[in-house]
Formats: sequence, C-alpha cells, structure tokens
Amino acid sequence: MAASFANGANAAGLKHDERVEKLKLFGLSAPALLIVFVVLVIPVGWLFYLSFIGADGTFSLENYARMIDRSSYRRIFLMTFEVSVLTTALTILIGYPMAYFLAQLPNRLASIFMIAVLLPFWTSLLVRTYAWLVLLQKQGLINQWAIALGLWDEPIKMVHDLNGTLIGMVHIMLPFLILPTYGAMKSIDRDLMKAASNLGASPKHAFWTVFFPLTIPGLFAGALMVFILCLGFYVTPAVLGGGKVIMVSMKIVSNIEMFVNWGAASALGVVLLIMTMIILWVASKFLNLDRIAGGGH
Amino acid sequence: MLNWLKSPATETQITHGGRLWLYALATLIILFLVVPTLIVIPMSFSDSQYLEFPPQHWSLRWYEHYFGSDEWMRATWTSIKVAILTMVVATPVGVLAAYALHTAKMPVVRLAFVLLITPMMVPLVLVAVGAFYVYVKLNILYTVTGLVLAHTVLAMPLVVIVIGSAFKTFDMAQENAARSLGAPRWKAFLTVTLPQIRFAVVTAALLSFLTSFDEVVVAMFISGGDNPTLTRNMFNALRDQIDPTIASISTIMILVTTSMMVLAQVFGGNRSSE
Repeated sequence: MAASFANGANAAGLKHDERVEKLKLFGLSAPALLIVFVVLVIPVGWLFYLSFIGADGTFSLENYARMIDRSSYRRIFLMTFEVSVLTTALTILIGYPMAYFLAQLPNRLASIFMIAVLLPFWTSLLVRTYAWLVLLQKQGLINQWAIALGLWDEPIKMVHDLNGTLIGMVHIMLPFLILPTYGAMKSIDRDLMKAASNLGASPKHAFWTVFFPLTIPGLFAGALMVFILCLGFYVTPAVLGGGKVIMVSMKIVSNIEMFVNWGAASALGVVLLIMTMIILWVASKFLNLDRIAGGGH
Repeated sequence: MLNWLKSPATETQITHGGRLWLYALATLIILFLVVPTLIVIPMSFSDSQYLEFPPQHWSLRWYEHYFGSDEWMRATWTSIKVAILTMVVATPVGVLAAYALHTAKMPVVRLAFVLLITPMMVPLVLVAVGAFYVYVKLNILYTVTGLVLAHTVLAMPLVVIVIGSAFKTFDMAQENAARSLGAPRWKAFLTVTLPQIRFAVVTAALLSFLTSFDEVVVAMFISGGDNPTLTRNMFNALRDQIDPTIASISTIMILVTTSMMVLAQVFGGNRSSE
C-alpha cells in the first residue's frame, strides 16, 4: 500500500516536472511571439478599431457603409478578384506542365533546370517588374521582335493595362506553384504508375486517374498560396497596371497617401484580411496548413 | 510509322509524342521565366537614355550615375544594414521558436505556429499601414530599428518553416542521448543538433536577408527621412519614368542574389558529401 502511494506521488511529481519542462521549452518562442505581437497583432487590432471610427471621431459604421454604397468600391473588389483568379488560373496552366517536366527528369538534370525556377524566385520583385515594363512597352523588345518577325505591323500597347499586370504577376507567382507541385509529384511512388500500365491503363488514362489525383494536394497548396498573395498584391499592378488596374491594396494606400482617410483605408484592410482568413479557413478544411506554408520556399 | 510517338516513354506514363510536346512547352516556359530576369543585364550597359536591346553603344554611364549618386548610395547602405540586422535578429529568434514548437508538445503549439506564419498570409499593405500607425506612437518611424522589427516579422515565418522542416528530419534521440550523458540542453543543442541542421540555418539566414533587402511595400511606409531603403527609392523612380539607372542597380542585385544562391548550394554540397 505504502509503496504504491509513494509511486503515485512520484508519478504526479514527474508529471508536474514534465509540464514545467514543456512550458520552459515553449517559452523559447516568446521573443518571436513578442515581435509578432508588437508589429502585427497590435497594429492590425488598431486598424480594426480605426475602421469603426467615423469622420466625426465617434463610433460609426460609415466606413463600411461606404463600401457597400459606392459602386467604385465594389468595382475595386471585383477587379482584385478578377486579377487574382486569372493569375492563379494562368499560373496553374503554365506551372503544372513545368513541374511535370522537372519531375520526369533524372534528379541531376532536374536540379539544373530548377535554376530556371529559382533564379526569378531569388531575384528582386522590383527588378522583375521593371524588366517586364521594359520588355512590354511600345518600343520594347517584344514589339520590336514581333514586328521583325511579321507577327504584327505596328507596336501594340501591352503594358499599363490588365494584360501587362497579368503577365508580370504570373511571372512572379510561378515559383510558388511549381515548387509544391513538383514536391508532390516527386513523392509519388513510381510503382503505382507501373502497376497502372501493367493493369492495362493507357498512358493518358494512367496519368489522369492515378498520377494527377495524387498531385492535387501540392497543386492546391500552391494555387492557394498564389491566390492569397495576389489578393494583397501591390507593387506589380501599381507599376504595370498604369492606373487601369486598381486593387484593394492600392486603394488602401491612396486613401492614406492622398486623402489621409485612415477610417476608409482601415475598413478596406479589415475586409481584405477577413476575406483572406475565410479563404484560408475553408482551405484548411481540405488541406493541412503546413503544406501551404511549405509552399512558401 | 509514327506509332512510337504513342508508346509509353517513361514509367510516369508519358508517351514519346507527349514528351515532345512537353519539352517544347517547357522550353517556352523556361524562356518566359529566365529571359525577363536576364535581359536587364545587357541593357544596363547601354549608352542610351532609353532602354535598348541590343545596346547601340556600350557604356558604364548608368553605373557611374548610380555609384556617383549620394542618394542612391545612402539608400543602398540603409538596405544592406537593415537586411544584415534582420538576418541577425530573425535567424536566432526563429530557430528558438522552431525548436520550442518542435519540442514542447502542447496544444498551444499549433496556435503559436499559426500566429508565427500569419505574416506570410496577411496582405503586406496592412502590415505596412499598421506598422506606420504604431511606429508613430512609439516614435520609431523612419528608423533602422523600426525597419528591422518589421522585416523580422516578415522573415520569421520563413525561418520557422525552414528550420521546422529540418527538425522533422533530424533524429531528436541524438540530442537526448547527449543530455542523458550529462550535457545541459543548450549544450546538447549547440554541439549535437545545430551542426546537423546548419544547412537549414544558412538557408533561413539567406532568406531573411533577401526578404528584408527585397521588401518594398512596408518600406514605402516606414522608411524615409534619413533612412529610405533602396527598394523604396527604386519604386518611386519606377512610378515616375523608366530610368536606366534602375537597370544597373537591378544587374547588381541579380549578381548579389545569384552569388548568395551559389553560396547556399556550396553549403548544401558540403552536407551531401558528408
């Protein structure tokens, strides 16, 4: 009796020690969490508060009412969605074959061609946006070559509009889609495809019924990352859109820089953030969030 | 005759014909990915006011303009200073956090992880505007401290993810063995664990440097006064007109990032040869 009692106390003591140990270990994340609180949580909380303050300095919903009333605001949200959906779709169309190309190469060759994906990834966003501005302008290289090749007769305007923005954004987003999709493809057991063909599946059939479904988690993770990044994008549409492509993030900036209207800017920001969070929340029902995070590098 | 085109070429079930299409498509995609990045380099050596390719006359005038301009030089130094400090802060803080999340098996860990990677998901403009507002109150607007803090928040998710995935493949039993032989936890970590995840640490450090160095949107709001960053100045110049100086700056930035990539590869090569 006495012995088992002592054992029980000992076990409880051990459990206590273990909890203290775990807490201490968890405490190591305190500096990181503190920085996130100071630079992210508090400021965003502040914006949330500001969004409910009207022009007269008291509580009001006028900032949100304006968003519903004015068609210009609705257009900006629609434009943001349009650009994000189109960019994501184009990125999938271009990125999936590229990932497939890399995945079917021997590893050594694949790592050489991988440079093509990583070079833009590691190159400044501004540099690439600038490069597209130069390439797509009226006297730009693409117009020069197309005319020389007889593709068209006169310089075409390709930048400072939706097309230019999309081209630039797809270029910037491609690595975010290719890397996780490639990862998913590489982790597929090759015997599965052999089995499919042994069982008489044609290459096409085996691809669509065995290979493709197994790559969906990676593809989905990449596409989600691209879509979310697009929703909040600023630099590329601001430079390549030429004022014709106005995204929510640009409206937030102009509300502050031009009109010093913090209430309106905050309300836009809050809505954008909530939309992003809803998309992430819905996606997390289908997908492990770690996978999305893994797509970021 | 052309039947071989329809026969399977690989065990990933692509036909020879399909592979031809794939290679043609991949070539185009590779050109799309690489050419716009590299075309800036020859253009930066042009003598012309306008950007031309190929340049009619070669010259270094835009490099001279860049290196001769006090404004560009100051912005460059600010960017380098901030990026190094961000790397120095974000890497250890992120490694500690990743270690904490990996070892403390508690329900709250999940929440902490989500919080730590949130900065990747939140629209940058919000971080920028929010930081601006809080920095005014804290009186750190337009300071290096403020920039480093904000860039650390943006870099930390990458550090936590890269180090976290390194921990997943690292066998913690080794660290535990060291501890059971009497090494305190910190010593076991420094002498047993850290050397084995050092490639991930170097990658994380490089990523933090680049995240900070390349950051535009947040810097637009919270850098300025005596401390504008290079990207802030570049963005402003781009909005106004196409200035060939940007081509020379871009070329230098491509060189810097490519050499960092090579650096990372060298470290990676060492690991695989062990």
